[in-house]
Amino acid sequence: MPQIRVVNVSKRYGSLTVLEHVSLNVEDGEYVSIIGPSGCGKTTLLRCVAGIIDPTEGEIYVDDKSLVGVPPEKRNIGYMFQEIALFPHMNARENAGYGPRVRGLSRRRVRTMAGEALEMVKMSERSEDYPNELSGGARQKVALARAVGSAPSVLLLDEPLGSLDASVRLSLRMELRRLAKELGLTAIHVTHDQEEAMSISDRIVIMRAGRVVEVGKPQNLYLDPRQIFTANFLGEANFMRARLMATGENGAILDVGGEELNIESRTVPRDSVVAIRPQFIRITKRQVEGSGWRGKIAEKTFLGDVVRFQVNLENGFKITAQMPPTAQDVDADVGDEVSANFQRDKLLTFPCPTEGLEKELSAW
Amino acid sequence: MRCRCGLLRTLEKYSSSKRIALTIYVSSVIFFVAIIFLPPLLGILMKWPSLFQMFETPDLLARAQSAIVASFAIALAISVLDLIAALPLAWFIARQTSKKYASVIDTLADIPFIIPTVALGYSVLLFWGREGAGAFTGNALVSPGWLLIVLLHFAFSYPVVVRVMVGALQDYERTLETAARTLGASPLTAVRTVSLSVLKPALVSSFLLAFSRSLSETGATVMVAGVFENGTVFIKNASDAGLVSPLVFVSFVLIATSTLMFMIIRILGPRLRIPVSKVWPHLEQKLSDRGAVRTRDLLTIAVFAFFVLVPSLFVALPGGRALTDGTVGQAISGFGVWSTYWGSVALSYSVAICATLLNILVGLPLAILIARRRIGSAACTILDAAVNIPIVIPSIAVGVSLRLFWGGYTGIPEFWLLVLAHLTVTNAYFVRSMISAFERIPPELEEVARTLGAKPLTVFRKVTIPLAKYSMISGAVMAFTRSVDETGATLAVSKELKTAPVLLVEWVKATVPTSPSTIGLGVSVLLLTSFASLLVFKLAARRSF
Amino acid sequence: MPSIRLISVTKRFKDNVALDRASLNVRSGEYVCVLGPTGSGKTTLLRVIAGLTQPDSGQLLIDGKSVDEMGPEDRGTAYVPQQYALFPHLTVLQNVAFSPLAKGYKKAEAFEIARKVLQTVKLAHREGAFPSELSGGMQQRVTLARGIASGARLLLLDEPLGALDARLRMELRTELRRIAKDLSLTAIHVTHDQKEAMSIADTIVVLKDGNIQQTGSPFHLYQDPASIFVSSFVGGSNFLPGVVVGIEGTNSLVELRDGIRIRVHQRSHRRGEPVILSVRQELTILRNHADEKENAIPGEIRGTSFVGDAIEYDVELDNRETVKCKVPSYYVSEGSLPFQTGERVFVTIDPHDCNLYSEPPLGLAKELEAF
Repeated sequence: MPQIRVVNVSKRYGSLTVLEHVSLNVEDGEYVSIIGPSGCGKTTLLRCVAGIIDPTEGEIYVDDKSLVGVPPEKRNIGYMFQEIALFPHMNARENAGYGPRVRGLSRRRVRTMAGEALEMVKMSERSEDYPNELSGGARQKVALARAVGSAPSVLLLDEPLGSLDASVRLSLRMELRRLAKELGLTAIHVTHDQEEAMSISDRIVIMRAGRVVEVGKPQNLYLDPRQIFTANFLGEANFMRARLMATGENGAILDVGGEELNIESRTVPRDSVVAIRPQFIRITKRQVEGSGWRGKIAEKTFLGDVVRFQVNLENGFKITAQMPPTAQDVDADVGDEVSANFQRDKLLTFPCPTEGLEKELSAW
Repeated sequence: MRCRCGLLRTLEKYSSSKRIALTIYVSSVIFFVAIIFLPPLLGILMKWPSLFQMFETPDLLARAQSAIVASFAIALAISVLDLIAALPLAWFIARQTSKKYASVIDTLADIPFIIPTVALGYSVLLFWGREGAGAFTGNALVSPGWLLIVLLHFAFSYPVVVRVMVGALQDYERTLETAARTLGASPLTAVRTVSLSVLKPALVSSFLLAFSRSLSETGATVMVAGVFENGTVFIKNASDAGLVSPLVFVSFVLIATSTLMFMIIRILGPRLRIPVSKVWPHLEQKLSDRGAVRTRDLLTIAVFAFFVLVPSLFVALPGGRALTDGTVGQAISGFGVWSTYWGSVALSYSVAICATLLNILVGLPLAILIARRRIGSAACTILDAAVNIPIVIPSIAVGVSLRLFWGGYTGIPEFWLLVLAHLTVTNAYFVRSMISAFERIPPELEEVARTLGAKPLTVFRKVTIPLAKYSMISGAVMAFTRSVDETGATLAVSKELKTAPVLLVEWVKATVPTSPSTIGLGVSVLLLTSFASLLVFKLAARRSF
Repeated sequence: MPSIRLISVTKRFKDNVALDRASLNVRSGEYVCVLGPTGSGKTTLLRVIAGLTQPDSGQLLIDGKSVDEMGPEDRGTAYVPQQYALFPHLTVLQNVAFSPLAKGYKKAEAFEIARKVLQTVKLAHREGAFPSELSGGMQQRVTLARGIASGARLLLLDEPLGALDARLRMELRTELRRIAKDLSLTAIHVTHDQKEAMSIADTIVVLKDGNIQQTGSPFHLYQDPASIFVSSFVGGSNFLPGVVVGIEGTNSLVELRDGIRIRVHQRSHRRGEPVILSVRQELTILRNHADEKENAIPGEIRGTSFVGDAIEYDVELDNRETVKCKVPSYYVSEGSLPFQTGERVFVTIDPHDCNLYSEPPLGLAKELEAF
């Protein structure tokens, strides 16, 4: 199964640049997600790999063979669309067997392959149904069967779950990964839903304004992002300006709005931005001699599996904290005075962005 | 704005009333059924006994039968040929990456559509005759007869197919085609196995339109038929000879068979499966590559140019000659045949205006009724089909029927008889255009407008009409130009009044002595006035809303 | 701020029952989310209230008065449909001024009102733009502004954030609530996304196949889901079939497959009755060791999935059932996860954290079918 290499691909439409010098490697059998804000170019990149769009510059290699000038029908790929795009005049079985059929295989072979594909997605019972008789989730399963039915080596998915209900998305996303792994396919999955990306990918590619920001394993990108955009786009984070006060053997001391913060050592610039995710903050009802920063609860929201607090800190910053309903002091209420404690190993520091924090975090 | 406010406000208050809305809808349906739908069908039936008279004259019967068969054979042939020839051009236009290039070809493809058919007829006659393609041999390449009819019908149905298919292609979601290609289908295979099936309704509808136009066309066909007779020519000849029963017979058969055929295709069409099971991957891949595509495009454009475009514009030659040989002076001074010409032009346009206004008045409520399914789905489908029937029937048969139906009421002046005939024949163009315009407007928009406090009339004025205005204009224009163009029904209905196309047919058939440059000028003037009125409409559209 | 009351409203379309005797009470100023899967009848419910669909039976009262005879233009509702909401041929300002103009205000006044409302949604600077020039998020804000400018006191939102990407949805949903609260509007917001509902609703109404399954605050729905459907739809739950084998005071003793027994703080079923035990994934706690007293089931971790704010573990219990356990990522220490695939663990459940339901007539699998 192939290795996919995207080398310095750019795509321009007149004066509009959609992709800029994008390079990417996907290993054999890997399941990679590409996420990013709307308009970041992720779908364009996928279409370049599929051959639906030709890049203005750059090359794409599959197993070291260049795909320049190779039309989509010769690339041996399976593609899934956000709009699902099942052929309305064919039933599920005919849709699933379309790939083998247009490759000229015998009618018997086509039937067998279609049957197997539908079996893999557990849609055999609905093989005679037409798309307009199936629900959204069922249709997407048939589309998956169709995509893998022609035995491709690469699976490309363009927001495949975007048009489905939240609950259906949840159950279908694992199916995608399961099938890809079972068949040993190399997969690239474009989505704007980061939870979806994190739960099923081996690695995630973060894109922004036509460029790749960062690539890594979900866990690493989440716990140890190298770029400030990643820290904000993947999950959420509280950001605070900081100034270096002193460095020592065990770490550094930062001045954050007047409060002191000990962080584990890393090369910390003089002006930096400190980030901490809401779920790595613990709120405790104020004690006399407590560590942590003091503040007052401005808002409290119950979300079921978590409780969120908006806390106005005394150092001027406003932060969001998130705790499970089983945590201690989760019964603190709006107006209460509390202490906010951060998990030290989860604190992140970034150099202060030259164009300003807000610009750096925005989609463009 | 202020003085109208009071009236508008009262109107709006009443528009909420369900009863008022119902009255408007019901009256338009009654008008439609009583004035537009039934008379063409009943008129013929009133002369039922004359049908049997035909069986007593076997020669006449045989002649009638072969005329009818000829009509259907020609219509079938050109519909198929047009689909084959025009579809690639529509594809070329719709898929063209350069917008300018596409719009140029698109406009050119529209020309035969805009030219009045009598002009087209004369133009085609000349092109294939001694002065045109036959210039090298000194003889006409194709003389008046069935072949010339085929060439004529091919030319004027061609733009219809292009128009319908371009519209369908532009609406069509290319994602399905892209999906097919990612699954390994070459572009040609993808189109054949996926796109064509999805575009089937448009294919069926363009086939039907081409077919019914061919079946129905009278004026130009008469010009190029020579001694050959198809259905409409036969009816005209019978009408000239004053024979009633062959008239009724052929009209009846034409009406019955075309209605039947239309309904069958409407019902069966969607079920027809385009043969797609066989796939030839290697061959189709080869046919999809750039060289093959370029060849195909060139061939398509060549066919279009030689068989459609140039023949349509050929009348410019004698028209141009007329400028130099003094015919223009005769025309302006009303000399000789020209004295009746200008009166005919005026008549054509006044009939067209009246018919179009009536169309808008009656057609709008009808279109709303059908598009918004106000009276239940089944009733709407029936009404929708009923609206289409008057144009499926050959217009000369309609004219015959109307003459018979209204003929008893001597009080009706011929002018209004003409207006009624034109109304019948053009109604469907306007209504159909409005139906698709209304169907395109998402009902949610109108619903939201109501929740925002707008009464139904306000919603109609401020939301529906602005969004449908282009279709309304183009529907009205289509009805108007069709009316100016109309020959068949006009020939049958009017005995004294002559509209411009009818007059020109007489000139060509040399029932009145004229010269080629006279005819050329007469035809060209009609052409120019058509273009001018089109332009006026377009400008008016831009201003009024 | 109107209050709304639906009394046993039913609506059928051909052979599909969109609403089945739905009854609902919305207090004035409340922000209500109607939650349910596609096809559950949520849009129909909204359209009935707006007056765009006539119910077959039942009553609808707005502020205590029956509105059955009133057309949509007189009900004082601002209806925001799922798509195609803005008039494409009008500018932003003209769109927002549509309602005041339709209601008879003079042009100058209408535009004045429109401008003020556009300020509220922070789009005053785009008043001359056409809808096609705006992004999805902006279009939705203009639609909202247009509804507000109508002076409506009742906001009816049909999946208002459906077409937007995940990030934008999160940002805009709090905006919606803020605007509704600031302007003292009563709001009914339809969605299929339970996270959305949980985060902004005062009350959630769960709808399935035209039936209202439960009405309550997010907290209430989370703690005490009335049915298996609500339990699985709102937040994720584990479901384990079993039989009640004993009742002690307010507790029931439930025996699962292979004899594993769990004590549940609920007394709702008789001894011998087959039941389904449900417990939230985040309340299915993993431990390395177990005490005697706790409900502790031994098992082995079969799969690990890091999803950001939590780690999802697929655990195969020793009785061959599988459960999903959500462990907050707070417990990740120095980059390593608290538990690894292949580890032997104990799954513990607090008796107060589980719920018992009767076995569904068609079986558990059918009941949980997402599609």
